[in-house]
Amino acid sequence: MSESLKLSTKAPRRTSNLRQYGILGALVMIVILFQTLTGGRLLLPGNINNLIQQNAYVLILAVGMVIVIIAGHIDLSVGSLAAMIGALVALAMTQWGVPWYLAVLLALVFGAIVGAWQGFWVAFVGIPAFIVTLAGMLLFRGLTLVLLTGGTINALPTEYVGISTGWVPGILGSIGEGRGSIDTLTLVAGVLAAVGLILQQFLARVKRNRLGLPLEGATGFWLKNLLAAAAIIALAWQLAQYRGTPLILIILAVVILAYSFVLGRTVFGRHVYAMGGNRFAAQMSGVKTRWVDFWIFVNMGVLSALAAVVTTARAGGAVASAGQGYELDAIAAVFIGGAAVTGGVGTVIGAVIGALIMGVLNMGLSILSVDAAWQQVIKGLVLLLAVAFDVISKRRATGR
Amino acid sequence: MSVILSMNGITKAFAGVKALDNVSIQVQRGEVHAICGENGAGKSTLMKVLSGVYPHGTFDGTIEFDGHPAEYRSINDSEHDGIVIIHQELALSPYLSIAENIFLGNERAKRGIIDWDETNKEAALLLARVGLDEHPGTPVLQLGVGKQQLVEIAKALSKQVKLLILDEPTAALNDEDSAHLLSLIEHLRQQGITCIIISHKLKEIRRIADTVTILRDGKTIETFSMSEPDATEARIIRSMVGRELDHMYPERNVEIGEERFRVEGWTVRHPVDPGRLVVDNASFFVRAGEVVGFAGLMGAGRTELAMSLFGRSYGKFLSGTAYKDGKQVDLKTVTDAVDAGLAYATEDRKRFGLNLLADIATNISLASLFKLATGGVIDRDKEHAVAETFRGAMNIKASSVSQVVGGLSGGNQQKVVLSKWIFSEPDILILDEPTRGIDVGAKFEIYGIINELAAQGKAVILISSELPELLGLSDRVYAISEGRITGVLNRDEATPEALMHYMTAGKEAALS
Repeated sequence: MSESLKLSTKAPRRTSNLRQYGILGALVMIVILFQTLTGGRLLLPGNINNLIQQNAYVLILAVGMVIVIIAGHIDLSVGSLAAMIGALVALAMTQWGVPWYLAVLLALVFGAIVGAWQGFWVAFVGIPAFIVTLAGMLLFRGLTLVLLTGGTINALPTEYVGISTGWVPGILGSIGEGRGSIDTLTLVAGVLAAVGLILQQFLARVKRNRLGLPLEGATGFWLKNLLAAAAIIALAWQLAQYRGTPLILIILAVVILAYSFVLGRTVFGRHVYAMGGNRFAAQMSGVKTRWVDFWIFVNMGVLSALAAVVTTARAGGAVASAGQGYELDAIAAVFIGGAAVTGGVGTVIGAVIGALIMGVLNMGLSILSVDAAWQQVIKGLVLLLAVAFDVISKRRATGR
Repeated sequence: MSVILSMNGITKAFAGVKALDNVSIQVQRGEVHAICGENGAGKSTLMKVLSGVYPHGTFDGTIEFDGHPAEYRSINDSEHDGIVIIHQELALSPYLSIAENIFLGNERAKRGIIDWDETNKEAALLLARVGLDEHPGTPVLQLGVGKQQLVEIAKALSKQVKLLILDEPTAALNDEDSAHLLSLIEHLRQQGITCIIISHKLKEIRRIADTVTILRDGKTIETFSMSEPDATEARIIRSMVGRELDHMYPERNVEIGEERFRVEGWTVRHPVDPGRLVVDNASFFVRAGEVVGFAGLMGAGRTELAMSLFGRSYGKFLSGTAYKDGKQVDLKTVTDAVDAGLAYATEDRKRFGLNLLADIATNISLASLFKLATGGVIDRDKEHAVAETFRGAMNIKASSVSQVVGGLSGGNQQKVVLSKWIFSEPDILILDEPTRGIDVGAKFEIYGIINELAAQGKAVILISSELPELLGLSDRVYAISEGRITGVLNRDEATPEALMHYMTAGKEAALS
C-alpha cells in the first residue's frame, strides 16, 4: 500500500465553489420561474425596490448568523433582541427627545452590550448557545413588552424613517421627464460599481500571476466578472427607473462587503473557520477560542441592533410583536446558502444569496396571491431540500 | 486441563498489509493467559478476530471454542457463546444505574416491560461476586474508573461468561484498584472462568498469568508456561523486541549544542480521577541539534506530558518548572508555549491537528497567522506562496495547496501538520508519533525532515511507539513507565532490550 503515492482525485474546494455557483444558479432559476409565472411582474422596478427594502433585515441578520453558524453555534434570540432594541430606539426618540442619529448609535451600543451578555454565558461559562439564546429569546421578548407596556409607539422622525424608506437624492438630475424618467446618479453609481468590480478582480489576478500562483481560466474569469458587472448595471437600470437608489441598499452593500472581507481576509475570520472546522485543533494552534466566541456574539448583537433600526424605520414605529420569526428567517437563509450544520463551512455571499432566494419566493408567491399558509409550506420544503442536497452531495464526495 | 480456545493459522490483512500473520494460540480451560507485545504487534486485532468484530470470512484460519468450530459474524455471536471482551475504554452509559448497565441489551424483562425487582436483585448478587460495595441503583457516572471496570466484569458475568478477555485492564487504574482487580481475576479463575489478559505490565503478568503468548509484528513468537524455570521478565522482553534494526534511518552528522529546554519536576493529575498522577515528577532536558526520544508503552504518560507542557492542554497541572535557554518560561496557555518557541505536532492529527474541512494553505498558516497579517488582515497571496513552498519542500502530494486536507492520505496529512509547526519557527519541536498510520515511503521522508530540523539546531523531542524508529533517530532516549521517567540511555547504550526493561519497570524504578 503506497499511501503517499495515492493522489486524491477529489478536489473538494472546487465542489464547494460549485456549490456556491449551485445556489446562485438556484436563485437565477427561481427568478426566471417567477418572472414567467407572474408575467414579468416580479422584476418591475418597483418590485425590485421593495424586494431590497423588505428583506434588508434578513440580509443583515443572515450576515451575523453565518458567522455564528460557521463557529458551530446558533442564535435564536435575534428576533426578540431586534424587537427590544426597536422599542428602546422608539422610546428614546419619542419620549426622551434623543436625536435620531444618537438613537441609532445608542441602539448599536446597546446591541453590543446585550451581545456581550450572551457571549459571556456561551464563551466563559460554557453554556451551549442554543440554551443561552433560547433564554435570550424569552428574556428580550418579555422586556420588549415591559418597555412598550403592551402598546405601540408611532410617529418616528422622518429622517429616521428615511433609513429604510428613503432614496439617495438625485443630485445629478434625471434623464427624461415624469413617469419613465431615469435617475442619473443611480445609473452612474451602477456603472462605477461594475467597473470597480472588474478592475479590482483584474488587479488581484495580475498580482497572483506575478507571484506565480495558480490562476483560474481566463474565459471563466471574464465570463464570471462580466456577468456580475452586467447584473449590477441591470439592477441600477431598474432602480433608476423607479425612485433611484434606496438608502438601505447602501447600508446593505457596506455590511455585506465589510463582512465578506472580515470572514475571508482577516485573522478573526480565519479563527472562526478554524474553530468551526475543528475546535480542538484550533485551540492546539493557539487560537483563543473563548474570546473568538465572545466577539462573535457581541457582533451578532450589533447586527441585531442594526436590523432593529431597519425594521422600525420601515414600519415607522415599534410594536411588541416585531421581529417574530426573524431568527428562523436568518438561520434558513444561512443554511440555504450552503453553511454546514456542524460548522466550519459557510460564506457571507452564500447567506446573502440564501436570503434573496427566500425573499424572491416570498415576493413571487405574494404577487401570485398564494395563500400565506401555503407560502410557509413551500418555504419549509425549499429549506429542507437545500440542506438535503448539501448533505447528500457531501456524502457522495466522501464516498460514504 | 483441556483446551477451551484454539485459534489456528489466523491471518488478517488490511489493504495488503498483514496485521496478523499465521497466528496460533491455545488457551487452557480455567487458566489466566497473558498476551504480550509492543504497540501494534497485533494483540487487539487478534481479539477482534476472536470476538467477531472482524466477522468470519474476513480472515484466514480457524477458531475452535469449547469444542465447536466458531464462526462468529458479530460480537453478539461470540457473547452468545460466552466470550466477553472488556476494552480499555469502558463502554458504560454514564447516566444509567449500575443495574441498568449490567443488563443493558440483556434486560430482565417480560414482554418488553422491565422487572425492576429482578434486575436489582440479580445486580446485587453480581456486585457481590465482583466485590463491589455499591447500591445497584447508583448511576455509573458517580463511580471511579476502577469501580466501572468491576461493573463491566459484573456485566460479563451476567452473560454466563466462559472466556473473559481484558484489554489493558489496569492501564487506567490506580494501585489499589489494580490490586483489587488482580485478586478478582484470581478469584474468577477459581470459579473456572478462563481469562485472557492483554497487558504491558510484566509484574502483573508474573503475578497472575499461568501462560504467556508473545506476539511481535503480527506473528506468534512463543508461548510458555510461567511455571517454567526460565520464564523471566527478561525472556518476555527479548521476545517482544527481538527484531533486526532495518537500515532505513538516514545518517546525520550530529552537532549537539547548548541546552535549549529543561523541565523539572513536572507533575500532572488525571483530568477526571484526582487519585491518579499521569505524569509524576518528570525531569529532562534537550539540547540544540539533538533528537531526544521518549519511549513508553500505551498509557505510560508520554503524550500527556507533551500536551501538558504545551499550554496545559491535558489534565490538571500540579507542579513543575520549564526553562528555555536557562530562563524559566511560562507555559500556561498554548499561546504562551508557542511564544516560548515550543511546537507540538499531535499524535492524533484528525482530532487535534487539522481542520479537515479547510485547505492545505489555511491549515499550514493557522498557528502563525500573525506572520502573514498586517493590522489583522491576512495577505492571502503570501499565505499561498508560503504553503506552496512547504508543498514543494515537504513533498506533499496534492494537486494544489487549495486542496482540502480531509481528502489527503495519512502521510500527506502528517506533512501538513509538520509544515504548520515548522512554519511557526519553533526552537523546540515535540513530535508525537509522527509516523503513525503512514506508509514506509512517507515515513522515510519524515525521518529526513526530522534530521534536517535537528541539523538546523532545533531541539527535537520525538515520541514514538516504534522502538526501531526511536533508536534509529534519537541521540538520547528517555523511558517512561506509569507516568515516571524510569531511565535515560545514550545512543550507543540504547538497545531494544534495555529500553523495554525501563519501559516495563513500573514506577518504583523512577529516576529521582
